[in-house]
Amino acid sequence: MPPVISIENISKSYHLGVIGSGTLREDLQSWWHRVRGLPDPNRRLDQSHLPVEGHTLWALQNVSLEIQQGEVWGIIGRNGAGKSTLLKILSRVTAPTSGRIRVKGRVASLLEVGTGFHPELTGRENIFLNGAILGMTKAEVARKLDEIVAFSELETFIDTPVKRYSSGMYVRLAFAVAAHLEPEILVVDEVLAVGDLAFQKKCLGKMQDIGQTGRTVLFVSHNMQTITRLCQKAILLDHGRVAAQGEVNRIAAMYGMSDKGTTAERTWPDWQQAPGDAVARLKAVRILNAEEKPAEVVDIDKPIYVEVEYWNATTSLRPTVIIHLINSDGVVLFASNDWNNQHWHNSARRPGVVISRCVIPPNFMAEGSFFVLAAVGTFSPVTCHAMERDAVSFRVVDRTEGTGSRGEYAGTGWPGVVRPYLDWKVRYADS
Amino acid sequence: MALPAQENGWDLVIEPPRGWLALHLRDLWRYRDLAGLFVRRDFVATYKQTILGPLWHVIQPLLTTLMFTVVFGRIAGLPTDGVPQFVFYMAGTTVWNYFAQCLTRTSNTFIANAGIFGKVYFPRMVVPVSVVISQLIAFAIQFGFFLAVYGLFWARGAPVQPNWAILLLPVLLAMMAGLGLGFGVIISSLTTKYRDLQVLVQFGVQLWMYATPVIYPLSTMGEKYRWLIVANPMTAIVETFRYAFFGTGVFSWAYLGYSAGFMVLLLLAGMAVFNRVERTFMDTV
Repeated sequence: MPPVISIENISKSYHLGVIGSGTLREDLQSWWHRVRGLPDPNRRLDQSHLPVEGHTLWALQNVSLEIQQGEVWGIIGRNGAGKSTLLKILSRVTAPTSGRIRVKGRVASLLEVGTGFHPELTGRENIFLNGAILGMTKAEVARKLDEIVAFSELETFIDTPVKRYSSGMYVRLAFAVAAHLEPEILVVDEVLAVGDLAFQKKCLGKMQDIGQTGRTVLFVSHNMQTITRLCQKAILLDHGRVAAQGEVNRIAAMYGMSDKGTTAERTWPDWQQAPGDAVARLKAVRILNAEEKPAEVVDIDKPIYVEVEYWNATTSLRPTVIIHLINSDGVVLFASNDWNNQHWHNSARRPGVVISRCVIPPNFMAEGSFFVLAAVGTFSPVTCHAMERDAVSFRVVDRTEGTGSRGEYAGTGWPGVVRPYLDWKVRYADS
Repeated sequence: MALPAQENGWDLVIEPPRGWLALHLRDLWRYRDLAGLFVRRDFVATYKQTILGPLWHVIQPLLTTLMFTVVFGRIAGLPTDGVPQFVFYMAGTTVWNYFAQCLTRTSNTFIANAGIFGKVYFPRMVVPVSVVISQLIAFAIQFGFFLAVYGLFWARGAPVQPNWAILLLPVLLAMMAGLGLGFGVIISSLTTKYRDLQVLVQFGVQLWMYATPVIYPLSTMGEKYRWLIVANPMTAIVETFRYAFFGTGVFSWAYLGYSAGFMVLLLLAGMAVFNRVERTFMDTV
């Protein structure tokens, strides 16, 4: 199938430093001195041996990407990776330095909500103005006006100048307009972090609907949790280049771990090279999802399996697997070992490969990135035979809609290093 | 920015800026609703925020005309081709104001709209075009006021005689809009690089008025320097306007044709520069 967006070798450079001096007088003075063959009085002294020339910063370099109809893409990357530049080029706010982007269908971009709102105009007038700025015709806005007003929940204030609105109302109105754009392709910057909680949830839901109606969405966010919730695919930018692109979970995991170089599965196929000593050596460490497949991203409401495989060489000792679960702040959530299995703990050992699996129950971990330290040790005396810090890492994603422990809270700031789903007893005092 | 994509079904091709001749008039037409809404916004915003509202459009030319009458008419005693001084100056100010407002208010397009231009794409030309249309409202008010004063003088038997040239009024307006827009967008394109040009605009327009027969008739210019004043594309417009209402002054198809030609070339050049700058100005603002 041919793509709906074809990005071919897009590069964008910015000039740093002096291009023009910025005032006409100085430029004319420089010109007048050049005409007479005199040195330029505005040339910077520290580089007088060089022609006045700015440095060039490449914000994007040879970025290529093909996007199919109906795909929801996340654009991720650290600050300065070129995310916003790519978005600006796609939105036609600025032009690329080289390369070409071809698009099928109408593009609407949302780099900000409420662009062009005028405080003196009423809510209704601003809906029309903002709609037109975003590329809708008057007739289109008129057709959707009732829907927009209903979505914004501002029916009573719709003929009030927006300068009398609270900031929450303002944002609600602005997002209502944006949510009703019906372009084939929607380019969105981080505009979801607005409004009150209930409205945030409504926006997230609306964004999901957009992705599900066959519309193509490009979405930039610093918030990985939002990206993994909304997108199927992602492109990871690093210093203006494409570091990776593909399925969102894989990219999200890479992004979370690009400093660590670890994934959800680590294997040491060669016994000689594996971490460990004469008693035990690690063979593999992996994170498995509910389907028992290695996964970097796991759902909060599904069990998570941490599996450690090791070569056992002893019969006299009883080695045990120990894991530490560490969150992105470096906090060890818990440590556990397979002595928890009393039967295994007491049984005699024989040489061979041992597979030890820990089950983390559903609705226990918090949302976020986690690292696993895996070790094999024996006790009395306490000896660590094999250990790998940050052996694997994974992300827990909370896609629940009211059924998880955060309930209907849709934001990303639900606190806690764990997010257990607990039993609550609730009753009336007088019953 | 949107190049009509000729090749197999692409709706939009985003490429580095190249060439100067893409005017994107079709794109501009597609956004006509937006231009209309900008006009409405400017209108509402201007009149909601001032106490006197549209009255300003009357007070301002009235005071200017009074001042001109006292300084140039009474004190300096400049001739007015036999037309009563008050209505003569008022005619000049009314037309000149439209042009001057078009020019000054479009000359800061990029700087004044950097916030919105940085967030969303629409043909940038929509903004100056809507300004020129907005100014028509102000002109209509001032022109109505002028007609009232003119009618008063006419009824009292002053030597003023309207003639067929009144029919040229829409053409004159279009020419002034084109000239104001052309100069305005060129200046706004330059101000993205040279901020100090902004300061010059107000002052320059003021000086320009004295180089245009607004407070004196062209007929007072000696043959020797007349070409200098005629070279000014606004001269023919102001003269024709007064000729239409007073029957005095110079009316020449050649002068008018020159102004029209000047306007068309200026507008084309202005739009070309503007379209070129709009693609990358966000990088320099």
